[in-house]
This record gives sequence, C-alpha cells and structure tokens, in this order.
Amino acid sequence: MANLQPNSNNPKVDYEYRRKKSAEEMRMQVVTFTLMIFFTVIAFAAVGAGFSKWFIIPFVLLLAVVQVAFQLYYFMHMSHKGHEAPQLFMWSGVIVAFLTILAFLTIIWW
Amino acid sequence: MAAEEKFTPQTWPASPEQATLEGKNKFLGFWFFLGGETVLFASLFATYLALKDSVPSDSHAKAADLFELPLVFLMTMLLLTSSLTSVFAMYHMKNYNFKKMQQWLFITVALGLGFLACEIYEFIHYYHAYEHTFTSSAFGSAFYTLVGFHGGHVIFGLGWIITLMIRNAKRGLNLYNAPKFYLASLYWHFIDVVWVFIFTVVYLMGMVG
Repeated sequence: MANLQPNSNNPKVDYEYRRKKSAEEMRMQVVTFTLMIFFTVIAFAAVGAGFSKWFIIPFVLLLAVVQVAFQLYYFMHMSHKGHEAPQLFMWSGVIVAFLTILAFLTIIWW
Repeated sequence: MAAEEKFTPQTWPASPEQATLEGKNKFLGFWFFLGGETVLFASLFATYLALKDSVPSDSHAKAADLFELPLVFLMTMLLLTSSLTSVFAMYHMKNYNFKKMQQWLFITVALGLGFLACEIYEFIHYYHAYEHTFTSSAFGSAFYTLVGFHGGHVIFGLGWIITLMIRNAKRGLNLYNAPKFYLASLYWHFIDVVWVFIFTVVYLMGMVG
C-alpha cells in the first residue's frame, strides 16, 4: 500500500488514498492542538509561578511564536504545496510588523 | 469543472477551494489581505506597547492591577478550541461531508460566542470596578483599541461564518461555495493567531510589569 500514488487513473484507489491521507493529516492536527494547549498552560503557569520578569517575558514570547507557527503552518496549511505566495505575503507582513514594533518601542519616550 | 456541478465524495477534487479560477484568485487575494492584517495589528500592538501604563495619575489602574489570568485563560481555551473545530470543519469539507462540516462550524460559532461573552464581561468589569475606559488614559485608549479591534474581528468572523452556514444550508457543497467556507476558516485561524499575541503581550507580560 505504501506506493499508492494519487492520479493512478483508478478513481477508487485515488479516493481511498485521499481519505487516508486526510485522516492522517487530521491526526497530526490534533497532535498540534495538544501541543498548543500545552504551550498555553506552560505560559500561564510561568506567570502564575512568579518567576523573574527577565525570564518570563522572553519565555512567553518564544512560546507564542512557536504556537503561531503551528497555527499558520498546520491549521492554516501553509506547509502544504502551493503556498509560496501566502508565505511571501505573511513573511513580508511579519517583517513590517517587526519594524513597526521596534520603531515604536525605541523612538517613543526616548 | 463548473462551479455549480453536483459532486459525490469520489468526484470531489482534492483541493476544492482552489479547483476553480475564482477559488484560486480568492485564495491568493485573501492571503494578501492577511499579510496586510498582520501589519495593521502590528501598528496597534506597537501603540499599545508604547503607551502601556501611561496613566495621568496614580489613582488610575495599571495593567497589573486590572488583569485576571483565570478569565484570560478561559478565553484562550475557548478560542484555541474553536480553531481546532474549524480545522475539523474543513476536514469534512475536503471529504465532501456537508452535514458534518456544518456541525463543526456550529460548534466553532458557539465557542466564538463564548469568547465574545467573556470579553464583554471583561470590559464591563473594568469599567465598573476600575473606571478604566477608552478616554480615561492613553493606556486605556491603546488597550481598548487593540483588544477591541480583535473583538471586532471575532464579531465579523462569527457573522461571516453564520451567514455562510445559513445561506448554503440547503445548497450543500459545490465548487462555488467551498472557497467561501475555506477562507472564512482561514480568517478564523488568523483571529486566533492575533489572540495568541494578545494574551502573551497584553495579559501575560502585563502581569509581570
């Protein structure tokens, strides 16, 4: 069964292959979701536990970035083929977003 | 493939949201829009970070006085779970199972409404307990603009999904409405992306100063 390919010219085989592929992907989505819940709980726990803010701020930001990457690449399928343009758009947006936040944080009040 | 053609699970294409030219264009255009939304929210985040805790006198509440983590945690769980349920909905859309897609979208909407109810409660609470309003301080303006804009996106997303569900209830799936459902779910995921940064930057970082 391992060498089943889509477009085998046999509609029934294609259909079963696709069902299996999307069921597999759905299982991955649930794993992703579990990890996202886990990261969220850790982030809230870190703040609740009252560690130093020099640890908490980079730590929760890192967790947020990882969680957002999961959301974009798995939930929003950006890891799939045919998502070159979405990647260009989103990454361009992220660069401008980063510059905007950097500018506001450094110029204002300094 | 005609947009109104009737399908079976066997003949339904693998990527129905991009099977027509209109679908492809919508897909591209919507991602471009999301890139722009990223910049829009970045400007609101930047404003918030610059004006955080900028209050005119000590009688005004600051971030660490206002926020309560249990409520924020509940809101996060509601929105995160609704993101998963909309993934389930799109899974059934790709399998040409209209009924299950509608059921999962319904659950998504219910969770979204739960989130919205919490947020409305939160804002009312800030107003009554702390007199923290849009005009009370620069901090208040920046906070309500950022979080309120996200809340506005939640309202719009809910309206969008509910409209699609009702409008297509008797139609079933075809290549005309599959891209519509797909984009609404992308929008819903993006709302969760923004929320991840809001609960991290506004609430969690607000609690530690």
